[in-house]
Amino acid sequence: MTDTQIHTGLQVCTFRLGGLLFGVDVLDVQEVLYHAELTPVPHAPGSVTGLINLRGQIATSLDLRARLGEPGADETPLTTKPTHVVVRSSYEPVSLLVDRIGDVLDIEPDRFEDPPTTMNDEATQAILGAYRLDDEILLILDVDRLVELELPASEA
Amino acid sequence: MDDDIIEEFLVEAYEGLDQLEQNFVTLESSPGDEQTLKEAFRTLHTIKGTCGFLGFEQLEIVAHRGENLMSQLRDGVLEMTQGITDALLATADAIRAILENIESTGGEGKHDNSALIVRLEQLAAGEDPNADGPAVREPVADIDVPEESTEIMDELDAPDTAADDETEAPDEAADEAAVAEAGEPADSSADADDDEHARIGDILVGAGVVDRTDVEFAATRQEEFGDQRKLGKILVADGRTSQADVDNAAAKQRHPEGTGSIRVDIGVLDELMNLVGELVLSRNQIMQLAGLEHLKEFTAPAQRLNLITSELQEGFMQTRMQPIGNVWNKLPRVVRDLSSQLGKQIRLEMHGEDTELDRTILEAIKDPLTHMVRNTADHGIESPTDRKDAGKDPEGVLSLSAWHEAGQVHIEIADDGKGIDADFMRIKCVEKGLITPDEADRMTDAQAVQLIFRPGFSTAQAVSNVSGRGVGMDVVRTNIERIGGSVDVKTESGVGTTFRITIPLTLAIIQSIVVRCDGVRYAVPQLSLQELVRLDVGEKIEEVRGVPVYRLRDRLLPIVDLRDQLGAEPVERGVGTSIVVLRADGHAFGLVVDAIEDTEEIVVKPLGRTVKDIDRFSGATIMGDGSVSLILDVMGIANSSQVLKPGSPTLDEADLVEAGTAGVDDRTILTVGLGGDSEVALSLAQIDRLEEFAAERVETSANNSVVQYRGEIMPLLDLGPQTGRGMSAFTDRERVNVVVCKVDGVSVGIAVDRVLDIVSDPEIRWNAEGSTETAIVKGHVVDVLDLFGLIQRYVPLTEKPETLAGVQ
Repeated sequence: MTDTQIHTGLQVCTFRLGGLLFGVDVLDVQEVLYHAELTPVPHAPGSVTGLINLRGQIATSLDLRARLGEPGADETPLTTKPTHVVVRSSYEPVSLLVDRIGDVLDIEPDRFEDPPTTMNDEATQAILGAYRLDDEILLILDVDRLVELELPASEA
Repeated sequence: MDDDIIEEFLVEAYEGLDQLEQNFVTLESSPGDEQTLKEAFRTLHTIKGTCGFLGFEQLEIVAHRGENLMSQLRDGVLEMTQGITDALLATADAIRAILENIESTGGEGKHDNSALIVRLEQLAAGEDPNADGPAVREPVADIDVPEESTEIMDELDAPDTAADDETEAPDEAADEAAVAEAGEPADSSADADDDEHARIGDILVGAGVVDRTDVEFAATRQEEFGDQRKLGKILVADGRTSQADVDNAAAKQRHPEGTGSIRVDIGVLDELMNLVGELVLSRNQIMQLAGLEHLKEFTAPAQRLNLITSELQEGFMQTRMQPIGNVWNKLPRVVRDLSSQLGKQIRLEMHGEDTELDRTILEAIKDPLTHMVRNTADHGIESPTDRKDAGKDPEGVLSLSAWHEAGQVHIEIADDGKGIDADFMRIKCVEKGLITPDEADRMTDAQAVQLIFRPGFSTAQAVSNVSGRGVGMDVVRTNIERIGGSVDVKTESGVGTTFRITIPLTLAIIQSIVVRCDGVRYAVPQLSLQELVRLDVGEKIEEVRGVPVYRLRDRLLPIVDLRDQLGAEPVERGVGTSIVVLRADGHAFGLVVDAIEDTEEIVVKPLGRTVKDIDRFSGATIMGDGSVSLILDVMGIANSSQVLKPGSPTLDEADLVEAGTAGVDDRTILTVGLGGDSEVALSLAQIDRLEEFAAERVETSANNSVVQYRGEIMPLLDLGPQTGRGMSAFTDRERVNVVVCKVDGVSVGIAVDRVLDIVSDPEIRWNAEGSTETAIVKGHVVDVLDLFGLIQRYVPLTEKPETLAGVQ
């Protein structure tokens, strides 16, 4: 997803995470899984919840809240049955754990805004922008930047 | 120009070059070998023809001059000399340089080959710049050129001939004729674009339909009596065979069996391999189900699927297999260049060139193998004079062998040189500071020879440009171990040295053993597995010098707990505990796991970017039941747990044997040196660990020496001066040896000059004063100091002083 696409309008797949509504380019979404067995990875960065089997391919599963540095991500668990939104980053498929999957929305370029300045650094790095819906704000995520967030500086 | 065509040209040209180099080297030793001459000539000719067609002018000029020289050799005008071999090899190098340029930039680039061209021309004209006299012989009679043979040409050659000077044209034609082996006109219905095609007469004889005498008779008729009919026709007309047989033979000539091959992109093969791997796993799942469901209708198809999948897997693995000769064929050139450079005579022998192994493995052993061959030629084989003095043939033999055994590939690199001298190794390693003189004394000869694999070791007396460039056998070993192999050395002084490499056939699907830890399954590659052990009644995991060990047949096996490594809650390990004995870096260690489950074939899959840098895992895999499991990296675990770091008890095997027979109880003592001859003993039961600190880490706090240790400040007792028995352990030292003991949870360090030995159950007696014990170690008397008493007396512990008394 590039900046130019944002300005020409796009379809986003939305999902809820805590009280916030996020969206990723629908073309980046490979599939949505309601159940997947997680294999934990000791010594992995905190936001890695494990590995899942995607029909023979192994994908890393990320707790999106920890990835975005949401306060309280450690204490309150995700909903008992989190949903896996499997997205295709440029490097590999990655599964994002979210509370609930939402609708696919068409967004218009003229209502696109910069992310709120009150958000923390990690989050701002991965958020392309905010989109004002009628009753709330939709935050659009960049899949590649999400993957890069916790990589060593040399690789990011 | 079409990239694909160039790509194909490059692949073929590189293959041709490898072939050429080998031919040139063969020709030097057997100059009269016509078959090889023809082969080399044909190869060079093909390269020249193709590059002319593709418009690579420099390449064409060099190849053409080389070809001219070759044709003189082939026609017997010139004889092979070392000068000619050198020039031809230089030609191959020049062609390779240009090819590499084409590969990287798409263009030929600038290469000044004028000197080479002049040399080739001089040699072709019979002037050997280095020889005493011209080596020209009278040209043999002109080759008779049957007319139709000029048509027998590669399509690619056509523009080439046209582009050539007219004066050269007849020559060219003669060459072409020779290339196609014109003497025996083939059935013209056969496509003659492949020089390797068998002659129709041979095919018919081979098929058993005609006698050789019949064919020879017919061929003579063609040649001497000008019979214009084709050989097959003559035979049919004479009633020697049927038209059907001839047609069959002609078809065979067009598409010889076994030579039909296509080029497939490696990427496609890898992808298919991955899919085959998946299929194998799905098959495993289905077979598990088939075992559960007692449905006849299901069992039969499942069995069929099982068989087909196995065959497919086997067949597909075959496509990835390549003969090791593909790697070896570069070595004759390497050895030849080396021997002339070093003034040695070396004969290279190869056995088992057609031993096949997976191409990824082949790729991985290419460099280590070349390095070992260079090493052997450089260090192993002596100079001809030295060899004569030793009563050996001045020509040394370097032999390479490869064979399959027990699902693995074995490669041996053997020489009949001077062998590796164990004492020389000891001296060198002490000089280089790789081992202490003590260690050197304790080593057996076999262990000393193994020092060749130590990092930083290089025996080259002078750094030659052959080997000794800092890349040593340690790198060779690391590279081989990375692909799950091992390398070993055997040597006999004055007789020779043999290196043996053992590697798996393939890496794509590996055998693994599944272990459980903290409720999660992990796969361990079976290649690193030595054995499985279960703690029996009366056995336990003990601590020696603060390191957990297990006594495995009188040897101490250092132990790593997988829970520890994976950050899981520790649990008490008692009877029934499973230990997986693994091998890394040439040493064994035991990995304690919660349970050992099963063996399973697994397909190794890479880890994602976020987790791939965790050194304890080498990848992940999907198990038969569809769940994901991590694959443990045995080397990574050995490194991160430091279980095999130098100084760990099991690495000094000499004192193990001594310490190994009895348990670690109060009767086991540790002897330490305090500088000079002064020696005292400490009770091992009171000792927690042995440590070594950099001298600069030792600080002084309130007149006492301290060192930061595991997040605490540990007081240090300088045993020598403080007991008046020896010198300070801190003077002029880069590293300080410290015996750590725990006094009611507080660590105290005893600094000593050096740690000597562990002695179990020594003879202990009270000395005259009755205050200290003495032990008899190796025939002399050593005082056994009471550690806790010493600490109480000399170390001002600010915390919990009252507990100190309680310890005693």
